[in-house]
Amino acid sequence: MTEPFVPPSRTDEGSRAALTEGDLDVTGLSGGTQSAPHEHPRAGVEVPALDQHGLDSQDGKVKGQTRLVARRFFHQPMAVGGLILFALLGIASSVIGHVWKYSYSQITNQFAAGPSGAHPFGVDDIGHDLMAQVARGVEKDIQTALLVALIAMVIGTTIGAIAGYYRNFADNLLMRFVDLVLSVPILAVLIVLGHLVSRQAGNWFWVAVIIGVLAWTYVARLVRADFLSLRERDFIEAARALGSTNRRIILRHMLPNAIGPIIVNGTLTVATSIILESTLSYLGLGIQPPEVSLGTLVASGQSSATTQWWLFVFPAGFLVLLILCIFLVGDGLREALDPKKTRVRA
Amino acid sequence: MTSSDPFAPVLDIQDLHVDFPTGEGAVHAVRGVDLQVAPGEVVGIVGESGSGKSVTALSAMGLLPRQARTRGGVRVKGQEVLGVGERALMGVRGRTISMIFQDPMTSLNPVYSVGWQIAEALRAHQKLTKAEAFERAVQLLTLVGIPRPRERAADYPHAFSGGMRQRVVIAIAMANDPEIILADEPTTALDVTVQAQILEALKKALEETRAALLLITHDLGVVAGLADRVVVMYAGRAVETGSVDDIFYRPGMPYTVGLIGSLPRLDSDGTERLRPIPGSPPSLVGDLQGCPFAPRCPMRVPEICDLEEPALRPVASQEAGPHLAACHFADKVASGAAGPIFAATSADLSEPALAEGAP
Repeated sequence: MTEPFVPPSRTDEGSRAALTEGDLDVTGLSGGTQSAPHEHPRAGVEVPALDQHGLDSQDGKVKGQTRLVARRFFHQPMAVGGLILFALLGIASSVIGHVWKYSYSQITNQFAAGPSGAHPFGVDDIGHDLMAQVARGVEKDIQTALLVALIAMVIGTTIGAIAGYYRNFADNLLMRFVDLVLSVPILAVLIVLGHLVSRQAGNWFWVAVIIGVLAWTYVARLVRADFLSLRERDFIEAARALGSTNRRIILRHMLPNAIGPIIVNGTLTVATSIILESTLSYLGLGIQPPEVSLGTLVASGQSSATTQWWLFVFPAGFLVLLILCIFLVGDGLREALDPKKTRVRA
Repeated sequence: MTSSDPFAPVLDIQDLHVDFPTGEGAVHAVRGVDLQVAPGEVVGIVGESGSGKSVTALSAMGLLPRQARTRGGVRVKGQEVLGVGERALMGVRGRTISMIFQDPMTSLNPVYSVGWQIAEALRAHQKLTKAEAFERAVQLLTLVGIPRPRERAADYPHAFSGGMRQRVVIAIAMANDPEIILADEPTTALDVTVQAQILEALKKALEETRAALLLITHDLGVVAGLADRVVVMYAGRAVETGSVDDIFYRPGMPYTVGLIGSLPRLDSDGTERLRPIPGSPPSLVGDLQGCPFAPRCPMRVPEICDLEEPALRPVASQEAGPHLAACHFADKVASGAAGPIFAATSADLSEPALAEGAP
């Protein structure tokens, strides 16, 4: 017989005492190990009686994931500032639209006049009150931007997620479709379709739909790339090993991990859509007079930026402010949804 | 069909073959493995990298990559899992069989709190409200030895150390009270000082759930401390199976002898050289002829070993319980009649500097 093999001793008390774990408190450990004997360990939900040691928490309540995200969001002054400013812009623009003495389409008895008591933002060449117009523009831009972002993110995320998760046939089919959409010159499509919708009332809605339907491809590519790498991660395999369905894995395990890039891209899409919309309007194919958007106001004001500065400065200033707010909120959301990046200030 | 026989194996692998097609031909990762795990039994699978340990385990979970070609049968509690659809697997995974992965750094979802992740595992198979699932999660965390479990349940994986995360992974694996837990090198990615604690947590989980454990590892010490029975794998086959005592004291296969000899021993005076196994495992592309270990085996008899691959045969052993080895000379090896099989490391180092009192 060969000499006895003695395996390296690993379970002695010495190594147990040499715990190197992060914030280990002795009370908590004893609370964990001295749990009551278990009579029916096979009974599924039957669990050891818990003693009170080390189990007290701050409020003893179950913290929802959404509540945690909200808390992390509201701990970021910049993001909160952006959200407040965004809300103020939205409220102010619709309030001004209703109570201000001039409507955005009304032609006043003054023209080409600078800011004054009667017209805080001045009057344009043909007599529109600029404050009414800017307020209307902000209102329409917020609506357009949110609609575009919603459409682009929903379509893009769905297609990207399916392509990235299922790969193979679905991936090929959907990504070739994305290539197809990308290869279509957006401006040409916008010009053709813009022409069709430009005659209708409330056409900002259709302009937004068209831009949204063409802008989702970037989101789709991004989400697909993220899903391709995520699906190989161990925790996805672990989720599968736990018996999760594909749907559950995609929606609950993978999507939250991809939410950062989606939101960043969504905020970029908002900015792009405002620019596209003003391009379209500049070409006379987007939002039509008497309807205004910040894009049309900047476009018409830029030629007189040096002589009648207020025609350019006010619309452009609010455009920048609006996009800045959206960026701040988007950035804050991304931070709040990524548990690792957050530094919660108590 | 779930068998009601309490002694029926919870995991029954019959003649499992797994091939991976590659450019140079199929890689035969697993070449005919038979393995039964009885309820509550702890079976250790040891072997070096590429011996087919993990592939065997993954096939039991139905988690093999899509391109894998399989033959044979894998039954979990009487239900076939090989080649059945995802839908059939979902009822088995997590509930009857669960898995502990190697690297706790990547096997937890970074965007959810650990309490949420345990609750999610519970709610996938049991009708529980969120609050109930959370309570149960806290209890599971207590059980695996997480201090201040109620507070820690709200923390995210990045706020845990590797050992703590592996405890969480164990808590998830035992959440649905499975019949068998597969642990794929559960301590490999961890600090040695933490390994013992993790094994303790694992033992606790087994006590609590009375589950069987299939422990895949290349750490013989872990196997010796935990397993009832050991399967040694080499080149996609089981080359020796038996009780822990049989494998460690009366190995019947030169490869097993080599594995044990390449570990430092605490019962020697500390000046003995390690006896490594020379060479490396054979390529598993194409067909093998003869014993796959023959090229590295000092006991090779070309006329026998190079021609015929030995089957698993009972070893003449004093111990009760089956002890099988795949070697033409198993009885000679097991009885110790073959003497020391592997040579010590290079001769010029045979006098350790330590013994001469040099710095």
